[in-house]
Amino acid sequence: MSFLLEVNDLSINFKALKAVSGFSAKLERNKIYGLIGTNGAGKTTVINMLSGLLKPASGTIIFDGKDITGCQPDKIARMGILRTYQNLRLFKKISALQNVIIGAQIHKSYNNLEAIVGSKRFIEEEKQMEQKAMEMLRIMGIESYAREQADSLPYGAQRKLEIARILAASPKLLLLDEPAAGMNPQESMELVQTIKKIQEEFGLTILLIEHDMKVVMGLCEYIYVMSSGQVIAEGEPKAIRDDPKVIEAYLGRSRKNA
Amino acid sequence: MRLRDSDLFRFIVFVLIPLIVIVICGFSSGSYYAGLVNLFGINVILVASLNLVNGFSGMFSMGHAAFMAIGAYAAAILTLPANQKLISMPGLPEWLIYMKLPYPVALIIGGILAAIVALLIGFPVLRFKGHYLSVATIGLIVIVRAVLDNEDQLTNGARGVTGLPNYASTWIIFGTAVICLFILYRLIRSSYGRGLIAMRDDYVAAQTIGINLTTKKISAFCISAFMAGVAGGLWGHMQSVISGKFFYIDASFKIVETSIIGGMSSLSGAVVGSLLMTFIPELLAPLETGIEVFGIRLPELYGASNLIMAALLIVIIIFRRQGIMGYSEIITESLFSAKTYSSVLKKSEYKKLCDIVAYKIKVFRSRLKSKGA
Repeated sequence: MSFLLEVNDLSINFKALKAVSGFSAKLERNKIYGLIGTNGAGKTTVINMLSGLLKPASGTIIFDGKDITGCQPDKIARMGILRTYQNLRLFKKISALQNVIIGAQIHKSYNNLEAIVGSKRFIEEEKQMEQKAMEMLRIMGIESYAREQADSLPYGAQRKLEIARILAASPKLLLLDEPAAGMNPQESMELVQTIKKIQEEFGLTILLIEHDMKVVMGLCEYIYVMSSGQVIAEGEPKAIRDDPKVIEAYLGRSRKNA
Repeated sequence: MRLRDSDLFRFIVFVLIPLIVIVICGFSSGSYYAGLVNLFGINVILVASLNLVNGFSGMFSMGHAAFMAIGAYAAAILTLPANQKLISMPGLPEWLIYMKLPYPVALIIGGILAAIVALLIGFPVLRFKGHYLSVATIGLIVIVRAVLDNEDQLTNGARGVTGLPNYASTWIIFGTAVICLFILYRLIRSSYGRGLIAMRDDYVAAQTIGINLTTKKISAFCISAFMAGVAGGLWGHMQSVISGKFFYIDASFKIVETSIIGGMSSLSGAVVGSLLMTFIPELLAPLETGIEVFGIRLPELYGASNLIMAALLIVIIIFRRQGIMGYSEIITESLFSAKTYSSVLKKSEYKKLCDIVAYKIKVFRSRLKSKGA
């Protein structure tokens, strides 16, 4: 059985703090995984390591059969791991469409000389990229903002734009860092539908960090729970919900509410 | 109804009028005004190429004067006759003394040398985040000056190199300027330029969307240095005298200032900025020697033009930080799109322009009337 992503014993320290220690996970293709945990549990750090922004101190990351531990982020992105950010990171001063085209240009094949002389391939590929970008905006339901400057979009649309941008880059694995942060319940439910839709349509594997339990339980087929840099439990949503360790560390309060 | 929506209007303002001015200057070479227009052309190359680094990719280089110097000296050494080089630069190796290349080739070699130097200082510096590039490029200017002033045998020291043949005609200068603008325009409108802009707006997200920051930064810096080197070669042969003092920190500051005033993130801004910064100081020059205004003789105000330009910079930074042109590319867009040129042949375009002008006049008149009432 080959996994899309195999993470073994990943650890990283920030000075004396053990931010993540011994994180292991095996992700199968075409599934949605959740990564939950209290604030400061190290979830974002895990995603930063998977996307190459941080170099793990130890451990290995095998993606699609290749060892990508310590690779540059741009190389990892080109291999098909793409991510969003907890605090939006859009290219603010250009249009929404341009943002998505930057995602789409990851696999362009023309070179700069062709761009200068305006070769046929350049013109064709540019056209294809724009079409693809428009389509991604349409899938995320924000095509009406295409020509507007990215930082002028409403907050929810900016979140969706970030997903549209990485979808355009033909990802295999999406790492979504709190995609529903700051959204109201109705917006997050819409987002759940959209994520489900794109997962099915593109055959994606998704690893999702989320605080909103409704989103996590509604989407994920398998969940990792982190606390203080370690995975304290993993399993299907139902099992996680009833795991006493998880309840102790994290879900105790939210259960009372439910 | 805006004038700038008319392709014909764009053709007239951004193509026809500049072309007429350039042709007039091209045929009256040697005149004071032709010299100014040539300087404007060189400034466009310098500022547009600086904008690629400072405006589009979010780094901040101050080194353009150094790259100009490299280009200017290289072009001088490669085009001067051997007997002149034997007198002023006897330390050169023999093959260089007897080498005489066509001017355009010398310009390109000057540009390549500048790009190589950019690569050498860019490689260690640009792999890190932060404003190390500004510091390193200021250092480069000081180093280049020191070398030029002290390597007597190679550069004739602080006396400089004189008697450069006047190869930098209006035609060559503006030909080069248009080619440079075209290359830059095409680059920023392709995946390359979008990558630079992405890096400027958010370097973290740019990395994780597949953009290699180091390659992008170094290549942009080298392209920019290449064009600065070529512009230096043009400048030297236009002035016919070069020495270290022309390529010092103040020269670099002036290019940066022009870039900020016009708009760092726009190639059109480079054109507008150069226009202002080339001609306004010349208009203000009479102030320095004292002029008569309404019969009152003003005293000699030495340094007045510098002061006024500095004030202009401050005003721009306070009220329009993105520069005069902001992010608009109207000039380059008009220059390099076929639509602008084909508009000349279309009857409908003439009608459209007439309509807009008529409309503008009507609005203007009604405004006058309402003011009168």
